Amino acid sequence: MVEDVARADGPGTGTAAVDGGGGRASGEAVVAAEVFPFPFPERRRLLEGVRAYGLIMAMWVRSTMAYRASFAMTVFGDFAVTAFDFVTILLMFSHVDALGGYSLPEIALLYGLSATAFGLCDLLLGSMDRVGRRVRDGTMDTLLVRPVPVLAQVAADRFALRRVGRITQGLLVLGYALVTLDIAWTPLKVLMLPTMVVSGAAIFGAVFVAGAAFQFVAQDASEVQNSFTYGGTTLLQYPPTIFAKDLVRGVTFVVPLAFVSWLPALYVLGREYPVGLPQWVAFLPPLVAAGCWGLAGLAWRTGLRSYRSTGS
Amino acid sequence: MRLYAVVAAGGFRRYATYRTATAAGVFTNTVFGFIVAYTYTALWDARPRLGGYDASEALTYVWLGQALLMACAMMGGGFEDELVERIRTGDVAVDLYRPVDLQLWWLAGDLGRAAFHLLGRGVVPMVLGALAFDLALPGSPWTWAAFLGSVFLGVVVSFAVRYLVALSAFWLMDGVGAMRIVSLAGLFFSGMLLPLNLFPGLLGEVARALPWSSLLQVPADVFLGKHTGWGLVEAYAFQGGWAVVLLVAGRLVQTAATRRVVVQGG
Repeated sequence: MVEDVARADGPGTGTAAVDGGGGRASGEAVVAAEVFPFPFPERRRLLEGVRAYGLIMAMWVRSTMAYRASFAMTVFGDFAVTAFDFVTILLMFSHVDALGGYSLPEIALLYGLSATAFGLCDLLLGSMDRVGRRVRDGTMDTLLVRPVPVLAQVAADRFALRRVGRITQGLLVLGYALVTLDIAWTPLKVLMLPTMVVSGAAIFGAVFVAGAAFQFVAQDASEVQNSFTYGGTTLLQYPPTIFAKDLVRGVTFVVPLAFVSWLPALYVLGREYPVGLPQWVAFLPPLVAAGCWGLAGLAWRTGLRSYRSTGS
Repeated sequence: MRLYAVVAAGGFRRYATYRTATAAGVFTNTVFGFIVAYTYTALWDARPRLGGYDASEALTYVWLGQALLMACAMMGGGFEDELVERIRTGDVAVDLYRPVDLQLWWLAGDLGRAAFHLLGRGVVPMVLGALAFDLALPGSPWTWAAFLGSVFLGVVVSFAVRYLVALSAFWLMDGVGAMRIVSLAGLFFSGMLLPLNLFPGLLGEVARALPWSSLLQVPADVFLGKHTGWGLVEAYAFQGGWAVVLLVAGRLVQTAATRRVVVQGG
């Protein structure tokens, strides 16, 4: 299907999509555009992508609203599933006063930041684990022939408004933490909170996109990314002191999830990071997020380029 | 009977086909196992012998949870998505005029699935957990056998609950919400997040009496040798009792629902 459409588009654009980029010597950077040639300049494309995302999202919201009872239950469900994580922590604290040297409000801050950042990302990009299924059943082709960036379509696919439940829960715990904690606030620390949530969501987002790219290679392996997304947010809800040093190093230097909440939040709390790092590292999350998106974007393009239709 | 054995074997083979997915799942179970194991270590460091477990029993509990998560379908998953979809589209009408029992058909398939998930998704995380941590593994083969019996009953209870929920689609049309709520209950009340022994007061009493405790808490306690002799018989009776009650309830709802399917007309 892709082949036909690409060929019909005229000379010079068709073959890249067909041979998966393997035989081309130059002009690799614009492959995503070649898969379906887009007449607009790069900036318009971004806008166009965002607009398309909005349209697809609105469609899914309307579709969800057709079954209101079910929608209400799923919103509650998403609220409760994360709430249970916090209830678990509360139950732990019914037996102890501190976990890994951290009090309940301190852990609530870590929890609230991680859950809110992840919730935001999950709302916007949470359906990207369906890429593998689309590659397997051939419906990916449909996305390639539409005049909309594929990433926007994949990201908005089955947009699930119910996930606001997760964000709400994260914000509530964050609010509890901010009310109960006794922090010496400075303007810098105040500014760091929203920055953390946004860059944290972006870092998780990059993991989602990279995970989606990986599904072009291993279609059934979408669950691997759960280790880093759901697993990551679970990990970040606890203080770094309770984990093995190597694990902490891994999420700092390899998959930089520590920048979502641990490093900046520990600065706000005035706590030591168990793996010795200079203090300015706490201000890096926006840069780390940008770096992650650069890598994730590359991975996505490589993945999309290697896509071969099932042909059915 | 032979037919249902074939269906069960089919259920096993169906899930065994997706090897990459299985490997990915094992990876995820192992990662979660590590994360939770460290949180439990911190908790038991502060309070040794909490809930009647010592530190290595608590860690064993963590890895049992990861090993049984899929087999006992604590968070749902398995046949019910499919059954709900068939109810929504009306395809269930075809199932109803087949010369087989609807409930037993899906039960057989789910038992096959559970057998595969126990082997494919359970064994490797448990072995990796045992290599990385000091676990309290039973020495006697009888304890292992008793544990498998308890897991079997847990799977049947899990099936019976999910079957009831799937049938709710006859009335709600979209079963997603109901399935979600039940998967939450499964996650929390099976003891997957925290052993039910640690739940305080009335919450603990209620949680231990609900059917979901058959999914993890009871098999784990059998594994850890907390139920022996008459205690084991009582544990089996608890699980078996819930299995029977829920399967019968499923039958009754099914009878009511099949009257409805005519109204819906497919």
